[in-house]
Amino acid sequence: MAVITMREAISQALWEEMERDEKVFIQGEEVGVWGGTYAVTKGFLDHFGAERVRDTPIAEAAIVGSAIGAAMGGMRPVAELMTINFAFAAMDHIVNEAAKMHYMFGGQFRLPMVIRTPGGGGRQLAATHSQTPDAIFAHFPGLKVVAPGTPADAKGLLKEAIRIDDPVLFIENATVYQQKGEVPDGDFTVPIGKSKVQREGQHVTVVAYSKMVPYSMQAADILAKEGIEIEIVDLRSLRPLDMDPVVASFKKTNRAVIAEEGWRSFGVGSEVAARIYEEAFDYVDAPIQRVAQKEVPLPYNARLEQLALPQVEDIVKAVREVLR
Amino acid sequence: MANIVEMPKLGFDMAEGTLAKWVKSENEPIEKGEILAEIETDKATVEVESSYAGIVLKHLVDEGTAMPVGTPIAVVADEGEEVDLDAIVKEANAESEPPAEEEKAETSPEPAAKEVVENQSDSEFIKASPLAKRIAEDKGLNLSTIKGTGPGGRIVKRDVEKAAQSQSRSAISTTPKAQITPGVDEEIKISNLRKAIGSRLTESRQSVPHFYITSMYDVGEMLKTRKQLNEGLPKDERVSVNDFIIRAVALALRDFPNLNASLSGETLIRHGDINVGVAVAVDNGLLTVVVKNADQKPLTQISQEANAMINRVKAGKVKNEDIEGSTFTISNLGMFNVEDFVAIINPPEAAILAIGSAKEIPVVVNGKLDIGWRMRATISADHRITDGAEAAEFMQHLELFMEQPWRLFA
Amino acid sequence: MNKKEYLDLYHQMVLIRRLEERAAELYQKGEIGGFLHLYIGQEAVSTGIVAARQPRDQVITAYRDHGLAINVGIPANEVMAELLGKATGISKGKGGSMHMADIDKNFYGGHAIVGAHLPIATGLALSNHMQQNDAVTIAMFGDGATNIGFFHEAINMAMTWKLPVLWVCENNRYGMGTSTERASAVSDIIQKACGYGMQAYDVDGMDVIAVKEMVTERLADIRGGSGPQFLEVCTYRFRGHSMGDPERYRSKSEVKKFIEKGPIDKFRKYLFKEKIATEDELDEIGAQVANEIEESVKFAQESPEPADEALFEHIYVEPVGGA
Repeated sequence: MAVITMREAISQALWEEMERDEKVFIQGEEVGVWGGTYAVTKGFLDHFGAERVRDTPIAEAAIVGSAIGAAMGGMRPVAELMTINFAFAAMDHIVNEAAKMHYMFGGQFRLPMVIRTPGGGGRQLAATHSQTPDAIFAHFPGLKVVAPGTPADAKGLLKEAIRIDDPVLFIENATVYQQKGEVPDGDFTVPIGKSKVQREGQHVTVVAYSKMVPYSMQAADILAKEGIEIEIVDLRSLRPLDMDPVVASFKKTNRAVIAEEGWRSFGVGSEVAARIYEEAFDYVDAPIQRVAQKEVPLPYNARLEQLALPQVEDIVKAVREVLR
Repeated sequence: MANIVEMPKLGFDMAEGTLAKWVKSENEPIEKGEILAEIETDKATVEVESSYAGIVLKHLVDEGTAMPVGTPIAVVADEGEEVDLDAIVKEANAESEPPAEEEKAETSPEPAAKEVVENQSDSEFIKASPLAKRIAEDKGLNLSTIKGTGPGGRIVKRDVEKAAQSQSRSAISTTPKAQITPGVDEEIKISNLRKAIGSRLTESRQSVPHFYITSMYDVGEMLKTRKQLNEGLPKDERVSVNDFIIRAVALALRDFPNLNASLSGETLIRHGDINVGVAVAVDNGLLTVVVKNADQKPLTQISQEANAMINRVKAGKVKNEDIEGSTFTISNLGMFNVEDFVAIINPPEAAILAIGSAKEIPVVVNGKLDIGWRMRATISADHRITDGAEAAEFMQHLELFMEQPWRLFA
Repeated sequence: MNKKEYLDLYHQMVLIRRLEERAAELYQKGEIGGFLHLYIGQEAVSTGIVAARQPRDQVITAYRDHGLAINVGIPANEVMAELLGKATGISKGKGGSMHMADIDKNFYGGHAIVGAHLPIATGLALSNHMQQNDAVTIAMFGDGATNIGFFHEAINMAMTWKLPVLWVCENNRYGMGTSTERASAVSDIIQKACGYGMQAYDVDGMDVIAVKEMVTERLADIRGGSGPQFLEVCTYRFRGHSMGDPERYRSKSEVKKFIEKGPIDKFRKYLFKEKIATEDELDEIGAQVANEIEESVKFAQESPEPADEALFEHIYVEPVGGA
């Protein structure tokens, strides 16, 4: 076991997979010479060379589109979109091309490709650079969408994503690259489409993913002092969505809080709550609480920005509320 | 609009009922779904909900009065409504003249569509979480008697569990027994329930040719198994000896269809389901709760169901389906240190099994004197349906299940 | 080319023509649903291209793809069955008219979003480059697609990375109902290519031999390391953009003019003039083709529908329980 950061975990996964299979290559804006704007691909160009570490023009549709073509043609590309906010410029290729290729040609084509991209707000980058639109991408069958909450899961999930033959959107979070966690030694993968209980507790089920996982852990420590033990279920994958551990936990606690960084309306919480009501109606002892971003475009001003974003305290309050 | 409430039909063969108790007094407001009165039938005392919202304008009958199904019993009107009470009552009484046969058709429960409920607000509904509702139903608790401590007065799990605990405590306490005051004769009117039991069993005794067979069972293994099983279970889920016997009898009956049967005229109906009735003592009488398909349910499920039904009986909230459909009855007086006894068959069943207490007594095993647990059981059987040999075979077959408890889990 | 090769080209064009005509009839009967974009008038383009390519060269096109499907060798049966949405269709009934493909023949599909397949073509060329397999990607698209962002991103990236791709613009003068003059700042399409520093050529799309020869040269160049090249093919579609197009945007006389200069008649005249084939021989091919297409219609109509379960197949290569 080693304790490493989220950034290191992702970087290691990429490096190890590129070593393992020469068909794996990366492309994106500033991934080569610059070393990646979040330093994830620092050192890759020197080691793997310009053929396999490709700096692209600023052309998101081409970055994703050419990854699709390269994957169909036999390579295993890992494309990077500098932030998920730029994914909209490649929207057609992500949800309308990549997600459909295997299906609409009767299974002839395989897309062993990964799109890595960080989302999230909190660095005063203002409205168009700070979004968490994960739910939108999770809406489309044919695409796999994962968003790890711990370094161990980040490393294992990225390796798995690279190794499978389906297109995967791998969503990172820009403000937790320094988050530390224990990561197993050696080669390991984490299955896509499996949620995980990250912390056990008997009073409230807290469903979270990505940045809300470390936030929930902090909330857990605060609540434990009041004698409240929360159980944190980390979704890890948004599509496919694994509700089994969530429902099992809910049948135990009868009360749930769902935490996400995106907006509340039409968000991940909407789907998870609907499924809990569907699959565990007779176990519901209180309405499910959702912790999410306030329904506003994110402002530049630091204080206002933090007011809009969901905080640890919001999770704590929601847990107390659901226990009323 | 003023509405007449009538004596409801609470069972398929109910002809008359007694207004045992008014829950809502005259001039008290009532919501749709709230309890208006308690009605006593020959089977049980049942709470009756009001189909109307408004003010209980008038009680038309006194407590303790028996009357046919369909008889007007109360008037519920809108708040502030002017009602010509005499006219309504006269009209209602005139309508109640027709013979009982027709009334049976007319007095089926009011369909919800007919109600025009005005001023519908949140306060009409009892706010309870789905979980609380489910627990309350399982435990036979009435939500309207539980105080909710959740937001907005919502009843939640902790409220129902609290109510269940205090309920079981009060259920255990027995009603003060009657005592004889020297020299004073006391005259008591027989309750409907007692009347019903009396007429049914008189008929049984007079028309059914009973014969009896007593067997003694070595219940040592059964008691040991029960102890082991209960070690792993929480206090309110423990299995009783009676639960074992229910399952044992059900499994034994599989090979004796004649004993799981009813006589209807000259047709013998051998029932496809084995529904074991268990006699439960109540104030002034006896009710039989029924564990349906007892041969197909695991022991723990039989135990849960029997417990829940017995609790409902003791709380006076028994459901119709709890007491109907029995194909074979067990009467257990073992808790009173009874050696053995003979029971009267519950018509139209073919037989009834009377269970005595399990006792440690001297026994002979392999020519040596030893101490063993023994229990006596006596079957009363209907000689029109079966005969001594068959009934005796049944009692012998029952031995397998009473003495080898592993068979109950197979 | 020998006689057999010539006749084969003729056979392919007539086969496409007859298939398209028959498909139009089936569409009007309601047996084909959705959109139907006919290749009538443009047969020489895809025929010439596929005749020029090596089997390892990938072809990818937009939604007017039935011609290419026939040229790469997908049996008419499987094309027709796909149009009728049957399980025996080349895309198992899951794609329809706009999404024919055959990976074994390096035909990477018909695509329905205008220009979206162009970055994908860049990617195919990238995979050729990285695997050093000496293959060239041939990307076909219409004049309308030269105005969308995807086009520019795709050719810019291919040019910047010097990828082996031949961009083939089938300029049939209309992007749906809007002429190139009304839609493009520069309607001389070759000039757009020059803006990216690409070698650019044009060719008469009504002349199957000319197309074949031009494409052969271009592919040789690109295989030799020239980087991407651009080819504008001047062509015309004799029917509307798709079924149900009232064609208010062009005159009947204009259409008639182009029909008279159509590719099949032109090739027939050429074959007679060069004494490569007789009228009887060509008519016989025509009769064969008519049979072949009738058989394919019968095959398609008698083929089974996909099973209900097919709805949930091919969503993922590795299905996971959940979602």
